[in-house]
Amino acid sequence: MAEKIDRQEVQHVANLAKLSFDDQALSKITPQLEEIIGLFTDLQKVDTDGVEPMYSPTTEVNVMREDKGIRSNQREALLKNAPDTQDGLIKVPAIIDESEDGDK
Amino acid sequence: MSFYNTSISELHQQLVNGDVSATDLVKRAFDRIEETDDKLQAFLALNKEAALKRAAEIDKAGVADDQLLAGIPLAVKDNILTKGLTTTAASKILENFNPVYDATVVEKIKQAGAINVGKTNLDEFAMGSSTENSAFKTTHNPWNLTRVPGGSSGGSAAAVAAGDVLGAFGTDTGGSIRMPASFNGIVGMKPTYGRVSRWGVIAFGSSFDQVGWLTKSVKDNAILMQAISGLDKHDMTSANKEVPNWAASLDNASVKGLRIAVPEEYVSDKLDPDVREVVEAALKHYESLGATIDTVKMPHTKYGVPAYYILASSEASSNLQRYDGIRYGFRAKDVKNLDDVYVRSRTEGFGEEVKRRIMLGTFSLSAGFYDAYFNKAAKVRRLMANDFFNVLKDHDVIMGATGATTAFEIGSEVDDPTKMYFNDTLTVPVNMAGLPAMSIPAGFSKKDGMPVGLQIIGKQFDEQTLYNTAYVFEQTTDVHKRNPKLGGQD
Repeated sequence: MAEKIDRQEVQHVANLAKLSFDDQALSKITPQLEEIIGLFTDLQKVDTDGVEPMYSPTTEVNVMREDKGIRSNQREALLKNAPDTQDGLIKVPAIIDESEDGDK
Repeated sequence: MSFYNTSISELHQQLVNGDVSATDLVKRAFDRIEETDDKLQAFLALNKEAALKRAAEIDKAGVADDQLLAGIPLAVKDNILTKGLTTTAASKILENFNPVYDATVVEKIKQAGAINVGKTNLDEFAMGSSTENSAFKTTHNPWNLTRVPGGSSGGSAAAVAAGDVLGAFGTDTGGSIRMPASFNGIVGMKPTYGRVSRWGVIAFGSSFDQVGWLTKSVKDNAILMQAISGLDKHDMTSANKEVPNWAASLDNASVKGLRIAVPEEYVSDKLDPDVREVVEAALKHYESLGATIDTVKMPHTKYGVPAYYILASSEASSNLQRYDGIRYGFRAKDVKNLDDVYVRSRTEGFGEEVKRRIMLGTFSLSAGFYDAYFNKAAKVRRLMANDFFNVLKDHDVIMGATGATTAFEIGSEVDDPTKMYFNDTLTVPVNMAGLPAMSIPAGFSKKDGMPVGLQIIGKQFDEQTLYNTAYVFEQTTDVHKRNPKLGGQD
């Protein structure tokens, strides 16, 4: 069941992954992904009927901790890593692009 | 002056006796780095001021008999968080990132008094087999400067092989400790999944990632591994298992009666003949010391690369969603709206290989493909793990080559991702099963003079047998006594 990976499919996956590829980058990555996904398709040859998928090698089970708040007081240090801040808060661009309002 | 021909135990004794100070050792490390790093490019950041300050504190307090790591200089792979010292994962997206806490493994060695001299280069987010995917620099192999050091822990491996430090942290998701150990003629251990906390280690493939050490000697590796192992309440996959003193019993180690399994696939004719020759000679050496060798079949080995690249890339695509340009890391300039922040920051911040993996993972997890790719790979993972468990039912260890080749030329594979992925054929299966495995120097290729690694794989949480087995080889051969001359200049 070889999947044909075309530019449109790559664009779709890029949208899901919040990445973008311009024409040139798309021309480079599309055949690469096609080749690698072609390799993936080899797995179809393996008989896995009745095999339980293995998502992790751990045998540990989830552990609960006491539900207790901890104050870390690291606001200033954390904010230093933010790309843009104002008044002790992280600053982001407008979430809704008003210039696009007319189109909607 | 390098750290060749010494050991943690020896330096410790010198510190206790007052023959050397922690400040001397830290200065020695920085002098050696200065001497070698123009050529090697192993370090992304040096921690000089803090390291000297810490050394002075240790010298003032004195080193007690039981403080084995106090005053010992070590290096840290740059995907492991170090408070107050930039941690980039060799990615532009984290170029100026300054962690507000230490990874558990860093905290543990700090508590033990070890001194972090700096952060080592890697493939961006540990995705690669050559360290060429670093956004900042290409690390060179100290045995031949035109060759790669392997990856992704290439900076750590080169630093240890060059005698900058006796030990450096690595992380291993699909071979990233063992492959560089093999390419640099040093010892690399990936412990059992769960043995070491992953808290504060920048996540790549969370069901595969483990922290371990690259060292010159087996005993140093065992000493350092003990210091970082054990349950951590911050990592629910860390195991509540007793941590043995692996180094303590090494001097009594023997391989008499050791049952070694050698999978056909790990010594096959797909290996470079010179690599195969060295590995087969190492196996014969074990046989001459009283071990028994059985040839076995591990038929799913060939599916390891596709299954691993589906699963690890899927986990990566999920783990790397956090890099969104909002709270920390790189944010693209002149963005108009929220979606723009995400898309442009990620597109400009991530390198090519990281984007490729995110795309592969997102594809494998996407509607319509999940069952055929992600879930199918998870089923193959189970079969691969069962192959190992079956063989290890009546064998103590599994042996074979770590890589099919010696270190390859810089630039020779970086534009061919498929070829690059197949370098990992013999290392990824271990991560599928979560088993402990190490690579030790087995010899040198006749053709190119480069180091060849022997891979030793063990049962879950049986690092002791691996260390014992490795130690016997080291102590009964001269392979480990050779040091690189750094491209011909000593």
